[in-house]
Amino acid sequence: MKSAVIVFPGSNCDRDLAVAFRDATGVAPAMIWHRETSLPDGIDLIGVPGGFSYGDYLRSGAMAARSPVMRAVADAAARGVRVFGVCNGFQVLTEAGLLPGALMRNAGINFVCRDVDLTVENSDSPFTRLYASGETITIPVAHHDGNYTADDVTLDRLESEGRVAFRYGSAVNGSARNIAGILNDAGNVLGMMPHPERMVEAAHGRSDGRRLFEGLLEGVAA
Amino acid sequence: MKARVYVTLKNGVLDPQGKAIHHALEGLGFGGVQDVRAGKLIELELADGTSDADLDAMCRKLLANTVIENYRIERAA
Repeated sequence: MKSAVIVFPGSNCDRDLAVAFRDATGVAPAMIWHRETSLPDGIDLIGVPGGFSYGDYLRSGAMAARSPVMRAVADAAARGVRVFGVCNGFQVLTEAGLLPGALMRNAGINFVCRDVDLTVENSDSPFTRLYASGETITIPVAHHDGNYTADDVTLDRLESEGRVAFRYGSAVNGSARNIAGILNDAGNVLGMMPHPERMVEAAHGRSDGRRLFEGLLEGVAA
Repeated sequence: MKARVYVTLKNGVLDPQGKAIHHALEGLGFGGVQDVRAGKLIELELADGTSDADLDAMCRKLLANTVIENYRIERAA
């Protein structure tokens, strides 16, 4: 299992994500600076971390999505490499066009930072296969721009195609249909606002996020 | 050559910042404000001969997120 974590100026969850990848896969990921134009050969998994890339200038994730490395990430995603975006990483993936929709300012305007209940909507993806469909898990959120928005046609399609991976148990940020995380049409790209990498070991209080990372090992050469 | 790009949220897209500004105006005692929408103004200093097509591409590729935003380009003479 070969993984990488992309690092933008202003990323601040890159090390948390790297630790979660390392603990689940047994191998430390390559940390890839955003100016790079290629990724390590034979990569299986790419993490796009949380944080405030480029200080959220213009729009959250907008500048990072146009970084040189994102062309390589898009190429890898098209080849079927698993791409996992958390929080700002989710914003980057939508801005880069790898996932539909957009993440807007929270409906309540305030930054939301607390543990939330999530319902696992689809347990068939590489990211969610170790969860049960309909299961409730607790994962922290910490964001200002997590209000998922898309037109009704897109929302209907996401739901009918099983591409809503996680939903909030109750309203958190105004997200359309309480969507917390979505998959691309091929199922190899996941973006989510909550931070599973912050709940992977006993010291975190709970380890509900751990199975997401462990599930990624399956179906990939060791 | 200068150009101005106005980026605004599409109709129907919730604008929490606009709502907050609206509430603040009401708090200051200004009546009669029916709605507030916040947007962005981006000023560009361009080389002479920059085409309309290039300017439009800049808007579509970066300056506006057309999922949620509209843009309007104003070119100075």
